[in-house]
Amino acid sequence: MITKYIVSRLDGMGLMFLAVMAVVAVFVPLSNLLLPPTSAFHVPTYLMALIGKYLCYAILAVSLDLVWGYCGILSLGHGAFFALGGYAMGMYLMRQIGTRGVYANPILPDFMVFLNWKELPWFWYGFDMFPFALLMVFLAPGLLAFVFGWLAFRSRVTGVYLSIITQALTYALLLAFFRNDMGFGGNNGLTDFKDILGFNVQAQGTRATLFFLTALSLILAYLLSRWMVTTSFGKIIVAIRDAESRTRFLGFRVEHFKLLVFTVSAAMAGLAGALYVPQVGIINPSEFSPANSIEAVIWVAVGGRGTLVGAAVGAILVNFLKTVFTSGFLAPYWLFLLGAIFVIVTLAVPKGIIGTLNGYYERWRGEDGEARWHRKSADDTTAATSNETGAGAKIHG
Amino acid sequence: MLRNARLFAVLVLSLFMATLSLSVAARAADFAASLEKFAADDFTETAAAVDDIAISGSPNAQKVLEALGNARLFFDPQTKKVYIGETDNSYSDAATGAKVATPPAGLQTVRVNNRLRRNIDMAIGTLTLLSPDAGRRQQAADSIFKSRDAATLPALENALKAEKNAAIARTFTEARAAILLSQPDTPRADMLSAVSVLRGRADIGAIAALRSIPDKADADVKAAANDAVAAIESRLKLISYVQNVWYGLSLGSVLLLAAIGLAITFGVMGVINMAHGEMVMIGAYTTFVVQDLIRTRAPNLFDWSLPIALPLAFLVTGLIGVIIERGIIRFLYGRPLETLLATWGVSLILQQAVRTIFGPNNREVGAPSYMSGAFDFYGLAITWGRMWIIVFTLVVFLTLLAALKWTALGLHMRAVTQNRRMASSMGIRTPWVDALTFGLGSGLAGIAGVALSQIDNVSPNLGQSYIIDSFMVVVFGGVGNLWGTLVSAFALGIANKFLEPLAGAVLAKIFILVLLILFIQKRPRGLFALKGRAVEA
Repeated sequence: MITKYIVSRLDGMGLMFLAVMAVVAVFVPLSNLLLPPTSAFHVPTYLMALIGKYLCYAILAVSLDLVWGYCGILSLGHGAFFALGGYAMGMYLMRQIGTRGVYANPILPDFMVFLNWKELPWFWYGFDMFPFALLMVFLAPGLLAFVFGWLAFRSRVTGVYLSIITQALTYALLLAFFRNDMGFGGNNGLTDFKDILGFNVQAQGTRATLFFLTALSLILAYLLSRWMVTTSFGKIIVAIRDAESRTRFLGFRVEHFKLLVFTVSAAMAGLAGALYVPQVGIINPSEFSPANSIEAVIWVAVGGRGTLVGAAVGAILVNFLKTVFTSGFLAPYWLFLLGAIFVIVTLAVPKGIIGTLNGYYERWRGEDGEARWHRKSADDTTAATSNETGAGAKIHG
Repeated sequence: MLRNARLFAVLVLSLFMATLSLSVAARAADFAASLEKFAADDFTETAAAVDDIAISGSPNAQKVLEALGNARLFFDPQTKKVYIGETDNSYSDAATGAKVATPPAGLQTVRVNNRLRRNIDMAIGTLTLLSPDAGRRQQAADSIFKSRDAATLPALENALKAEKNAAIARTFTEARAAILLSQPDTPRADMLSAVSVLRGRADIGAIAALRSIPDKADADVKAAANDAVAAIESRLKLISYVQNVWYGLSLGSVLLLAAIGLAITFGVMGVINMAHGEMVMIGAYTTFVVQDLIRTRAPNLFDWSLPIALPLAFLVTGLIGVIIERGIIRFLYGRPLETLLATWGVSLILQQAVRTIFGPNNREVGAPSYMSGAFDFYGLAITWGRMWIIVFTLVVFLTLLAALKWTALGLHMRAVTQNRRMASSMGIRTPWVDALTFGLGSGLAGIAGVALSQIDNVSPNLGQSYIIDSFMVVVFGGVGNLWGTLVSAFALGIANKFLEPLAGAVLAKIFILVLLILFIQKRPRGLFALKGRAVEA
């Protein structure tokens, strides 16, 4: 029943993506734990950690696609939500270190002892409990997004203005978290984690479990997003993207819809950050840097925005390229390549990889009556979009 | 008027020279006589000789005293003549300073003990009070002012009588007042006049001196001193406010320089150029290249490096801007978010290109003579570099306004901004105008780079540190309004500098950013939004 409901919400691409993710979620940890290192199918631990990192980025990308691809809100500050979730998890992990730190203080993390602090700041209270930390993983970015979005959408800050102030937001957070006085470890951030829920973070079993949870979270994030965009709610946010004023005049409270999407997306990004931190072993303020957030946007653009699957694929692909290019003799050329990706994708492949493939697929099935109908409606949407933006350009430029 | 002044100066100078040469002749005899006391090899005699030499005013005096302090002063027991051992192991005659080819055999060192060393140090201090170099006299007076050493009082009074330079004489008087104030046995009238002298000086040092009044001084002297301290403190507070405003103007001018090109591309064209910061960076590197060429080819042209770099930077960055517009941005009109991403990509490429060509480290850009140094303006220390940058910024701003208003390109630009289709119908080649507008915006960024190379590190990351600030300035001021950009840049600069002492530099910046984010919620179109049909975009 539930399965049937879920499948009814998916398209072919989504089913394929879910199948692949399910296989990865099960196969990689099991092969890492059970197969001998000599086996051809054995996944070494470093590779598992690397793929786990990509999957965290993929969750971030899906969350970004939800707001950008479907609602037209280009957030240049999604890295901030990611980092906040990461910090919430990092604070839990710091409290778990206990007396095993360098200064062996049972309450205070090492950096606070080093700064000669006498007691725990109030905002660190409760982070010794996992359920509380887990709540904060969603709540901290969610609340920030809610307040920020409430202010921004209510006063109808849209388009590039919104992008610029989201960038200012993450920049302000970057500067703030760099300060030692903030109580988040300053420049060095939070690191040297020992345990998560009593299991050693470095242990192979813990890593495999974390990997599995990350893959599972990606699947769930995809399903949630897919559900959101395929319901009538989803139709409305797409309508907001394509013709905000028209939607408003039809009687929808545009800012409420935007606020909900933005907040859900931020919480999802927070989850991605929380899964990222124990696998990477460190969280520091550089995660807030505006460049990171823009890079996340390009993952979505490469994969194809408004496709969800594309966002995940784009994140994995671009980060794979980054790994290849930033190690070894190719390192000086990574920024050239990344810059070129930005330019080429926006100029030549505006629909992204998955979007373009979808287009070919539809054309291939062109004789099918239903497919033709689909394409027609899709064309109508694009026509409406170009009309809207065209009119905007006319008046503005 | 001017000629009279010059004549007067010449007269004074020649008179001064005449007295100087007369006194020199008289002093030479004393000097030789006191030198002989060194040959007695007796500490008391040596001490007397040191004191005599200190007030002799001989040009050789300092050298002799320094040699004595370093145990390099020798005497010949037979002839009673005194020699100075130079650092290069040659010898010179202490009386005349002339080199001695072969020093007599059996030279002995003039011995000193700790008490003598103190005397020597003090004597050297006194000597510099009489030094012919005005800078050194000023320095000596300043150091006495700080130390308030009563032992220097006689020498100071001596020097005060001889001093011709009014500014230095004032410092001498102030130093004397500071010493008098710190002595318990100074008469009351002297104390009061010293307080009023120090009150006129009005700086931190004067406050310290006024606080050094001994406890047993008269009540009214203390009251006068307290009064003077309060007056000086309120004056210093005022100066610090003015100083903050000045720093704010300086920061504001930097922001304005960086943002002004953006105000053109973003404000007038509605194009988000994330590579704007890189244009600033390339402008700074152009300056570096120009200076590098001048250093190796024509070092005497160094002061001209900035005027030469300015048009070059404008051309280089303007050209890059036109290429970007023709190659990328023109395909993206009406899709501002895509423009943002594409130009971000361009900025990464430009950054990495500069890093590949010039290396990742900071490059040294020198300051021409007129950009370095500082001057004092009613107690305000103003550096020439900062001042010229403010002036330069205003000149650029006004030139730009004039260009938009009175040139054909400016007219076309405004026409295209207001109504693209109508402008096109009237025969304006809008694509051409777009390219030139973008080139102009980029060129302005390049010019900003030349100025910023004087106050910031020239590295591939230079641009990144300005891009967010620049956007904030443009958005805060109101898009499409150059005057708004001007007001917003200076307002942000001054606000930042007033918050800094309260909260620290980083917190002040965070605070400003948060305020801006909130402000944009309130007025999404900035301080001075364009009114009318243009707003509905």
